[in-house]
Amino acid sequence: MAEITVTVNGKSYTRDVEPRMLLVHFIRDVLGLTGTNIGCETSVCGACTILMDGQAIKSCTQLAVQADGSSLTTIEGLASNGDLHPVQEGFWEKHGLQCGYCTPGMIMASVDLLQSNANPTEDEIRHGLEGNLCRCTGYHNIVKAVQYAAEKMQGGN
Amino acid sequence: MYPAKFDYYRAASVQEAIQLLQDHEDAKLLAGGHSLIPAMKLRLAQPPAIIDIGRIAELKGVSHDNGSIKIGALTVHADVAASNVLKSNCPLLAEAASNVGDRQVRHKGTIGGNIAHADPASDMPAAILALGGTIHLIGPSGSRQVAAADFFIDLLATDLHEDELLTAIEVPAQSGKTGSCYLKFEHPASGYAVCGAAAVVTLNDDGACAGASLCFNGVTATPHNASAVTDALVGQALDDAAIDKAVDANLSISDPMGDMHASGPYRIELAKTFAKRALKLARDRA
Ligand SMILES: Cc1cc2nc3c(=O)[nH]c(=O)nc-3n(C[C@H](O)[C@H](O)[C@H](O)COP(=O)(O)OP(=O)(O)OC[C@H]3O[C@@H](n4cnc5c(N)ncnc54)[C@H](O)[C@@H]3O)c2cc1C
Ligand code: FES
Ligand code: FES
Repeated sequence: MAEITVTVNGKSYTRDVEPRMLLVHFIRDVLGLTGTNIGCETSVCGACTILMDGQAIKSCTQLAVQADGSSLTTIEGLASNGDLHPVQEGFWEKHGLQCGYCTPGMIMASVDLLQSNANPTEDEIRHGLEGNLCRCTGYHNIVKAVQYAAEKMQGGN
Repeated sequence: MYPAKFDYYRAASVQEAIQLLQDHEDAKLLAGGHSLIPAMKLRLAQPPAIIDIGRIAELKGVSHDNGSIKIGALTVHADVAASNVLKSNCPLLAEAASNVGDRQVRHKGTIGGNIAHADPASDMPAAILALGGTIHLIGPSGSRQVAAADFFIDLLATDLHEDELLTAIEVPAQSGKTGSCYLKFEHPASGYAVCGAAAVVTLNDDGACAGASLCFNGVTATPHNASAVTDALVGQALDDAAIDKAVDANLSISDPMGDMHASGPYRIELAKTFAKRALKLARDRA
């Protein structure tokens, strides 16, 4: 076992983990934060996307021990004081989800995209979310949701 | 999907990593984990010990000195793609890195891990070979340098010894009227290259070709240097017809890979098409 300390959504946790434990299992099973989903477990679907030190990563492709000392944000940490994050609001307003399984990862990747490109074109949104698969929406409303969030975050609406 | 059990060690320095490699037989180095962890989950790799080198700060970053650019082995793809030093002095490497996987993968995967893993479909090896790059290695008996042309030995096999660490990749800064281009035809599901083409073209003042290089990934087990094509271009006025002719007459790949996704002959056809497109774009950017 190895002892790790991570900050998740602003709260610090110290836990003993088996070195082979994947970060996504640590988040879901040890911390009980089940908003982060597991889709493929093979690094392709993006359902497990979280922010590590501010950058989007696939938490099924990291060991929990690799996250020692880092600061993580999961979907549970986006809203503040009950107000949805603009990207969450965009997915709500623009029907960016159907079954919702891909949504937490899709939202975390979109937050990361908008951090590096505040006003992406449709093409840049589709390209920027290439690491996230959705089996339901056909992506059109996801693009609209991100456009809504971009506008809102730049002071529009 | 859990990896098999292993002992975990974290190295704080290059020296410590070398020592840990000597102390633990069959141990594997872990950089970003984006090739190793998937292989361990599938139990294609079951190392008894993992040495995490991901935090060794001295192996991160891009530096430019006297016409030569060094990229630390642990520099992640996103930082290679965004590096202003590379964008101004060696845009080919930045362009290739921006083609790796997706944004999440680029935040964790490293250039050193990409080269050490030597997946034939990887984007970076062809670009580094086209640039005439050098690989820096260090082991218990000291450091050594290997030309990229000698580093890739076979499918997933390199000149890196088991007790060595890859520390940096060195490439020359581009000079003169030079343009470059990395283009890939990606597998629609995995995003890996079915065929990738890295091209560099340097023009004389009169617009004729002063020098060029063209390398492919995804087509053969190790990156393929199409030197016969670029030899034929030197001294020529590089209009589209001259490029098409040089590729058609001189591109010869005798040992293509083939699988259920793309047969060998199909990959060679892709290589021809992508060679022409990449060379023309490199010329336009020169
Ligand atoms: C979903 C997905 C899509 C991808 N798509 C692409 C793509 O389109 N193109 C592409 O090129 N790659 C792609 N990759 C692979 C990615 O680029 C990896 O990051 C890279 O191949 C390995 O780098 P790493 O730092 O993750 O290495 P790791 O996985 O940590 O290590 C890989 C191997 O290299 C060894 N190693 C690592 N660093 C060193 C070092 N400094 N010295 C000695 N040995 C070392 C390790 O021991 C191990 O054997 C993809 C990966 C994923 C998960
Ligand atoms: S569960 Fe991590 S990418 Fe699919
Ligand atoms: S909404 Fe169902 S997978 Fe995306």
